[in-house]
Amino acid sequence: MSKRIDVKDLNVYYGKFLAVEDVNVTIEARSVTAFIGPSGCGKSTFLRTLNRMHEVIPGGRVEGEVLLDGDDLYDDAVDPVHVRSQIGMVFQRPNPFPTMSIRDNVLAGVKLNSKRISKSDADALVEKSLRGANLWNEVKDRLARPGSGLSGGQQQRLCIARAIAVSPEVILMDEPCSALDPISTLAIEDLINELKNDYTVAIVTHNMQQAARVSDKTAFFNIAATGKPGKLIEFGDTSDIFNRPKEKSTEDYVSGRFG
Amino acid sequence: MSNATMTRRPSQFTKNKLPKWSIWAVLVGALILGAAVSSLFGFSPVSMAVFAAIFFVVGGTATAGAVEGSRKAKDRFATYLVYGAFIIAVLPLLSVIWTVLERGMPGMTSDFLFRSMNGLTGAIDNQTVAEGTPVLGGAYHAILGTLQITLWATIISVPVGLLAAIYLVEYSTGGPLSRAITFFVDVMTGIPSIVAGLFAAALFGLIFGPGTRTGFVAAAALSVLMIPVVVRSTEEMLKIVPNELREAAFALGVRKWRTITKVVIPTAISGIASGVTLAIARVIGETAPILVTAGFARGINLDVFSGWMSTLPTYIYYQIITPTSPTSTDPSTQRAWAAALILIILVMLLNLAARLIARMFAPKTSR
Repeated sequence: MSKRIDVKDLNVYYGKFLAVEDVNVTIEARSVTAFIGPSGCGKSTFLRTLNRMHEVIPGGRVEGEVLLDGDDLYDDAVDPVHVRSQIGMVFQRPNPFPTMSIRDNVLAGVKLNSKRISKSDADALVEKSLRGANLWNEVKDRLARPGSGLSGGQQQRLCIARAIAVSPEVILMDEPCSALDPISTLAIEDLINELKNDYTVAIVTHNMQQAARVSDKTAFFNIAATGKPGKLIEFGDTSDIFNRPKEKSTEDYVSGRFG
Repeated sequence: MSNATMTRRPSQFTKNKLPKWSIWAVLVGALILGAAVSSLFGFSPVSMAVFAAIFFVVGGTATAGAVEGSRKAKDRFATYLVYGAFIIAVLPLLSVIWTVLERGMPGMTSDFLFRSMNGLTGAIDNQTVAEGTPVLGGAYHAILGTLQITLWATIISVPVGLLAAIYLVEYSTGGPLSRAITFFVDVMTGIPSIVAGLFAAALFGLIFGPGTRTGFVAAAALSVLMIPVVVRSTEEMLKIVPNELREAAFALGVRKWRTITKVVIPTAISGIASGVTLAIARVIGETAPILVTAGFARGINLDVFSGWMSTLPTYIYYQIITPTSPTSTDPSTQRAWAAALILIILVMLLNLAARLIARMFAPKTSR
């Protein structure tokens, strides 16, 4: 239940503006790959191209190839909806559906697609997904309550449960801990470590310690100046990026001597 | 610690502060002065209230200025002006409600609520006045007509308005079509209601022959007035649904139209529902377009697709303009006020319903 992603010569545009230039990256199956870099360097934009969420923004388009186990996501005949059902996403700010209960939030991916599911299957799926997101013990007595009543960290884990309930191949996380306190962050990081047993995980983070703690591979993005496209500077094993970076700018960034 | 320090001296923070009772003292003074000045010109409660209000604003500001300084004085002055504006805004509303209640209540008999004007002639009204018996004849047909025509107008406008708003917010990318829709919706918002009535009358006249007047034509005219309101309010409500929710649904592999029907609209439904209810409240009191499209009926007509119909506004209009009995108009006037009361009650019930609906559908946030 996990696939690898190969990105080949990818250029990402907003209208005519080239936001990210010439990215070549391989995201291994059952591993955690972290994208780090300064604000505005295009790492979130790049992440969103991996499940075709980038084109939801008006003017968003890409050139190049993104291969999921060899299948190009950007082939003309590909339905983006099908891509997104295989590659799930967790956003920066927790966004549970406010009209739904905790249980319905977990089942959202199934129910919104109006697939029929029996009550016992649904119960099993809710428990499995919430256990997978380390949230079951905290919410098992109040599944019928609204999801927006949970704390920020719990909401974010609810969103992760919602993402894994549709059994994707890959989970993308866009700064999932940036709105959370250290304890909730730790809970999410533990969860990421467990998730990589079953899923391919790609995570964008501003927190370099977090990248060092959770990821197997790290990609460093940088931007030459405002208005210039972001570029992938260096990609390699996390320990190499943080201890023996090849590029000067990577070393400056990870050691805090940036700029 | 000695006892002397325990006795509290007046706080430095409350120096130069007016005590709380001072405002009441100023009010009483202003009322007495106002009464005195107004009796100079021949006493009346209205002039007394006006003079008292002026003295209160001046006196309150002056005392605050003398004791508390100019900043406090300006604050007082602005506060009084805001409260004054509020009172001026509310007075006409209260006055309207009071007048309609006072004049409409005597006519609110079961006879009025459940009988039409069918067969009621001027002679009967004359007899009623001469013998002092209760007024006969009612607005049952007009109440039914109002409800039916408004219901049909809603049935036409809500789907059209809702879908147009969904197109504008969810699908358009700011192209010529969406700009054209927005422009024409704005134009339609300002359209005089009589023009909408003439339009519907002319349109149905072209199709079904001249002089076609039915409840449905009136409903079409009202929907011309309703659609822009529904589009506008729905559009605003859809716009404030956070984009994050749409993205969350997309990221789960949910199709766009299912995202709209299952996530976006349920999140906005309370606002949409109250917007629709307010649009209904706006058209339920229209008179002119009904006159030119549905004509005027004295009896009950349950079929909106054939025959003339009455609504409460046209009923009021005809009772006042052409009283049933030209010589004794009192029964007609009483019926008109009673109908006005029913109309106001209907509009208030609709507003109440809008609030209830909004609360019922609102996203739940309790822990």
